[in-house]
Amino acid sequence: MSGRRSRSKQSSVSRITDDQIADLVSKLQQLIPELRRRRFNKVSSSKVLQETCNYIRSLHREVDDLSDRLSQLLASTDSDSDQAAIIRSLLM
Amino acid sequence: MDLHNLNPSSLKSRFTTRFLRALTEINARKPIASSSSPREIFQRYRRIKDAADTSMAYSVRSRRTWSKATLWRLRTPSHRRRLASFGRRSSLNKTRTTTTASHRGAVVVQITSRGGGLGVQLEELRELVPGGEAMDLCNLLDETAHYIKCLTTQVQVMRTIANLYSLE
Repeated sequence: MSGRRSRSKQSSVSRITDDQIADLVSKLQQLIPELRRRRFNKVSSSKVLQETCNYIRSLHREVDDLSDRLSQLLASTDSDSDQAAIIRSLLM
Repeated sequence: MDLHNLNPSSLKSRFTTRFLRALTEINARKPIASSSSPREIFQRYRRIKDAADTSMAYSVRSRRTWSKATLWRLRTPSHRRRLASFGRRSSLNKTRTTTTASHRGAVVVQITSRGGGLGVQLEELRELVPGGEAMDLCNLLDETAHYIKCLTTQVQVMRTIANLYSLE
């Protein structure tokens, strides 16, 4: 990304946007466990986007699995009000 | 995850409270007879998943496009959604090309026009983030970051609750 800030024809709006987008991409990179360790190496935007998609998909899968697990756990409990109270007291 | 010191105004505790309340309601609706038929388990799975997504969307402090899209998706019956998105998509495609054409920044060009690969990934991302097809590039990246943070919180809390329940 070097040497691109000296374009005199570029309006100030798109120069800001360019930086903004580079920032946003690197912000995304920080959030993805795969890529966080490689912070100091150059990771291409393409890789960041690809890993972002993969990560979101795996999070969706986890939500599905956990919902499934919870639905089976709920099926096997009878005194649910006690449990909810226990959990609530642990959390507050 | 340390649950004992939850900051009461954090996203995590707002989500936890809402979701637990929803779980209690879902559980209360259990029929008295044996409730472990596959169909009932599937219905409960659906309700729990929707409750989790809804609880998270409600728990964000500043309303985001993705959270509004999630709530809309879960509350609007599918036939009305199909009509709405049909109208939205045809007017949107014009907006999106105008935006990218006017930005000559290097990173933007790289992401949006060079080669088919990056464009495809952007489209994938738009499909994964609720409301993604309606956003321009900047907003999409910003919303994605926020969405990922909230999803990870959601997963953490759900996992903790599942572990607590399975201790019984």
